Amino acid sequence: MALIEIDDLSVTFLSKGRKVQAVRNISLAVDARESFGLVGESGSGKSTILRAFCGLAPVSGGTIRFGGKTLDRKPGKAFAALVQMVFQDPYASLHPRHTIDRTLSEPLAIHGLGDTDARVMKALDDVGLPRSFRFRYAHQLSGGQRQRVAIARALMLEPEILLLDEPTSALDASVQAETLNLLNRLRAERGLTFLMVSHDLAVIDHMCDRVLVMQNGQAVEELTRDALANAQMKTDYARSLFAASADRMLAG
Amino acid sequence: MSLLSVKNLRVTFDTEAGVVEAVRGVSFDLGRERLGIVGESGSGKTMTGRAVLRLIRPPGRIAADSMVFDGQDLMQASEREMRALRGPRIAMVMQDPKYSLNPVMKVGAQLVEGLRQRDRLSRTDAHAKAIAALEAVQIRDPDRVMEAYPHELSGGMGQRVMIAMMLIPNPDLLIADEPTSALDVTVQAEVLAILDNLVKTRGMGLIFISHDLRLVARFCDRVLVMYKGRVVEELAARDLLAARHPYTQGLLNCLPRIGGPRQPLPGLDRNADWAV
Repeated sequence: MALIEIDDLSVTFLSKGRKVQAVRNISLAVDARESFGLVGESGSGKSTILRAFCGLAPVSGGTIRFGGKTLDRKPGKAFAALVQMVFQDPYASLHPRHTIDRTLSEPLAIHGLGDTDARVMKALDDVGLPRSFRFRYAHQLSGGQRQRVAIARALMLEPEILLLDEPTSALDASVQAETLNLLNRLRAERGLTFLMVSHDLAVIDHMCDRVLVMQNGQAVEELTRDALANAQMKTDYARSLFAASADRMLAG
Repeated sequence: MSLLSVKNLRVTFDTEAGVVEAVRGVSFDLGRERLGIVGESGSGKTMTGRAVLRLIRPPGRIAADSMVFDGQDLMQASEREMRALRGPRIAMVMQDPKYSLNPVMKVGAQLVEGLRQRDRLSRTDAHAKAIAALEAVQIRDPDRVMEAYPHELSGGMGQRVMIAMMLIPNPDLLIADEPTSALDVTVQAEVLAILDNLVKTRGMGLIFISHDLRLVARFCDRVLVMYKGRVVEELAARDLLAARHPYTQGLLNCLPRIGGPRQPLPGLDRNADWAV
């Protein structure tokens, strides 16, 4: 049985009195310790799936099962301890007036976990940040360092699943490499399950075992890593995405 | 003769912690071609682009042995002469349409403003020219876009509007500062194709600033690689795979490839000696 099972999921937003279907009849299953990618252009609904999984988007049809159980519409603390999210923009996702220490210790306080001091220090070590950063503010860090803080925060409760919403698209190429390496190392060390969203097929290929290509809220094609590497896609859209990927120029 | 010639450009900032040199002795010549400037954040690539337009505010200072655009010395030009250059002769496309367009003004009004003020066109002529500019960047429903506010447009549309705006006065040199890094790959490819087409048909010079080395290599004729305010390597884009400098090689190798090995991506070796 798969850890995450999404069955025929639809999400409908109400915008200016008009219904907008952001996700249409998407089904996918992610096994424990697997890394699954969602790829597509902006507005394809890939981030909305992550948000629906966390109860942050209005589900209008279908079911989401997690560990065999259908999810409540309002997930509580127990869910947060198992599933955490890393957002796209590290400039927006950290509180500007909280120190790194407060950012990292807040989940511990909410969940009533003790030993805050040691856990915060360990979290900084784990993501490769110097301990001296503990009492800095987010604006005193670079983009890559901020994203490390966001990853550390997501790991404070030792979750099983990380939802990664374009975790490196706001970062420079070289910093992206460091962040992807960090994520891969943490996944190997902790046996994490990744559900990752990106518009960059090369990043998804590097990180994920399987990938679902999306367009206009619909699933276009699901590809394994081998199929992607050998350009064995069946649909034109997946092929155009593959061709537009910037790294193709070096392949020739 | 080259369109733009820059010799020993320096940009310095006096800060409380002492003098910071953002650009340290950059020289290049540009014809009517596509020149890419690549580097990480803080390498001085954006400052180089802004310095050409003398758009660096105090406490920043610009110094150069010479900076000549089409026979005119940019270092000696008065502020009035610079204003005459900015826009009609040298235009700049900024990174993020969210921050560079006026959020409380309709797109149409922003496009028409320059035409009315600078070129003294009539309302109808200006409107027609703005519509034509939007069509030139392949916006299919220009009438709707003219009436929209920036927040009602997607990132790709916003970026096209900015390009359209910059191209209305038909500049000789376009400086594009990360024009596609806020965009999806598919939209990115479209915007690049539009820029490429405009450079070819209008014979513009283009300075393309980006942190994505592969993208620049695919799109430009020549590439400058910057590190800590210096040019560490200059090479023709087609020779990129034969890059000699370890920093350039590092920038190339740190990107994941489809079908590439799953091992950790090589980190970038940042050797302080290269910046000397």
